[in-house]
Amino acid sequence: MKIIACVKRVIDYNVRVQINRDGDGVVTDGVKMSMNPFDEIAVEEGLRLKEKGVATELIAVSIGGSESQQQLRTALAMGADRAILVENDAPLIPLGAAHILLRIIEKEQPGLVILGKQAIDDDRNQTGQMLAALWGRPQATFASALEINGEKASVTREIDAGMETIEVDLPAVVTTDLRLNEPRFVKMPDIMKAKRKTLDVIAAASLDLPSIPNVVTSNFSPPPTREAGIKVESVEQLVDVMKTRGLI
Amino acid sequence: MSTTLLVAEHDGAQLNQSTARALTGLAPLGDVDIIVFAENGSAVCAEAAALAGVGQVLQVDSPDNSHQLAAVVAPQIAAIAAPYSVIAMPSTTFGKDLAPRAAALLGVHQVSDVMEAIDAKNFRRPIYAGNVIVHENVEAFDKVVLTMRTASFQAAVAGSDAAPIVPTETTADLPDHTRFVKLEAQASERPDLQGAAWVVAGGRGVGSEENFAVIYDLADKLGAGCGASRAAVDAGYCPNDMQVGQTGKIIAPDVYIALGISGAIQHITGIKDAGTIIAVNKDEEAPIFDVADIGIVGDLFDLAPRIGAALGK
Ligand SMILES: Cc1cc2nc3c(=O)[nH]c(=O)nc-3n(C[C@H](O)[C@H](O)[C@H](O)COP(=O)(O)OP(=O)(O)OC[C@H]3O[C@@H](n4cnc5c(N)ncnc54)[C@H](O)[C@@H]3O)c2cc1C
Ligand SMILES: Nc1ncnc2c1ncn2[C@@H]1O[C@H](COP(=O)(O)O)[C@@H](O)[C@H]1O
Repeated sequence: MKIIACVKRVIDYNVRVQINRDGDGVVTDGVKMSMNPFDEIAVEEGLRLKEKGVATELIAVSIGGSESQQQLRTALAMGADRAILVENDAPLIPLGAAHILLRIIEKEQPGLVILGKQAIDDDRNQTGQMLAALWGRPQATFASALEINGEKASVTREIDAGMETIEVDLPAVVTTDLRLNEPRFVKMPDIMKAKRKTLDVIAAASLDLPSIPNVVTSNFSPPPTREAGIKVESVEQLVDVMKTRGLI
Repeated sequence: MSTTLLVAEHDGAQLNQSTARALTGLAPLGDVDIIVFAENGSAVCAEAAALAGVGQVLQVDSPDNSHQLAAVVAPQIAAIAAPYSVIAMPSTTFGKDLAPRAAALLGVHQVSDVMEAIDAKNFRRPIYAGNVIVHENVEAFDKVVLTMRTASFQAAVAGSDAAPIVPTETTADLPDHTRFVKLEAQASERPDLQGAAWVVAGGRGVGSEENFAVIYDLADKLGAGCGASRAAVDAGYCPNDMQVGQTGKIIAPDVYIALGISGAIQHITGIKDAGTIIAVNKDEEAPIFDVADIGIVGDLFDLAPRIGAALGK
């Protein structure tokens, strides 16, 4: 079975994001970029399934500018067998990303596609579910445990009410939650080896995609800030302040 | 007839409060129809029909809907969507799972985590873990799917008279490739984290699963719900459904008491809408103090029992 893991290049989660001067985007110049943390988990899960002998090949797929090759190289260094970059510089909504991924799936015929539950830049949490819908296959979102049994997968999902287990027929789409696994660190020799692995670059325009209208995102603004409040010295003082503010 | 359809979240017996919160967020768009997918949704429909601002309640009863799996519910939404220009659900794990599947079947865009619906084409939502708010204009689509950020809205209250409940059938091919196996819920007497007026939360500073008793004790004294940071959940101190933050629950209690939580942005984004944030941390430089309304520098094991004694109901 082939597995596809999706990899998005995003601003590193440690960076304090700044809005640009025109208020129509965020500052990316000189800012550290990384693989979306949930996608590292997706790649790691694919690797573990390969190591268990469940999967035969792990393909990392990214959609983005040519810089996204860096994140695909990281996936290759982690252990992915090959990578595909669908080069696209135009703005992309999840519906568009899902259509692109569907084209890759039609070509590669994977048994499992693993995505992050959300990209931490736009925080949309949509692409995996949309892909599953377009593909007409099951989805198991927010996975914290995954077990493949022949033609089926059993997936434990982190939902608001607790832990839900569902069974899905393969092929299927799984999206990762943080506790699915802990991604491995990349070692220097692996980075060297990754340079020799195949990374195919395909132009999005060559994929015969449906035309999808775009949405206009504007007025980037900081959230209302919470001012730092006061510090109290004792529990008695805390109670007094809470009384004055009508909290108790 | 309303042009907005809200998909109810419920557990088969009761309407989840997230539905009433989403309804409030949709008020600028006019009256809202609510749709209930259930095995037998009569009780849930009655609750939904009582809320102010509801046009009608569509009751879709079927054994297929007993677990409301996204793969099963999404085609039913797509089949019934024609008259609506906005299809919304709460931005809980229920809505986040279902909404994009419905949107893709309809071939339309989804706006996630709407914190303000200006009109049926213009919305405000947070990105980058709530560090940036943007305006999204979806005029290019004739229809849109939304998930509503429940923490941004108070729950809608009961109206003067109940909306009509309309038994509804959908004609959609439902897949059998996805099957519910089980739900392991933490049996808890405490108020639900997402609806509680007060929440007490512990972080890595609590140190162990046993020590979390300190957090539970304080919560019980105050009649509060219980939350946690990701670090506490990852370390196994408490169950994952207690996680608050960017990738956990986004909550808006009247009072949030954080103990042994440093205040990482991913955590803060989950509590920005809280009325009053109280922080207990032994490190006076902890970033949580930059957002806390009231802070106490000190040891949580010393302070928690004393706070409980002083405020206990
Ligand atoms: C993609 C991504 C998503 C994330 N999502 C979330 C999320 O949803 N929610 C979340 O919470 N985090 C999330 N995180 C993790 C986040 O970055 C922090 O690592 C986490 O919030 C830290 O938890 P903490 O404050 O409990 O632990 P720490 O940062 O280790 O802080 C512990 C605090 O306890 C204090 N302390 C220790 N002992 C005591 C004592 N005896 N008395 C009083 N104070 C004491 C210390 O001074 C310290 O400030 C995410 C991270 C990533 C990368
Ligand atoms: N441009 C992209 N390239 C590759 N994968 C993507 C891209 N956009 C989204 N994804 C995948 O979809 C997941 C969810 O993204 P989103 O729906 O944008 O929150 C991410 O974690 C990725 O696995």
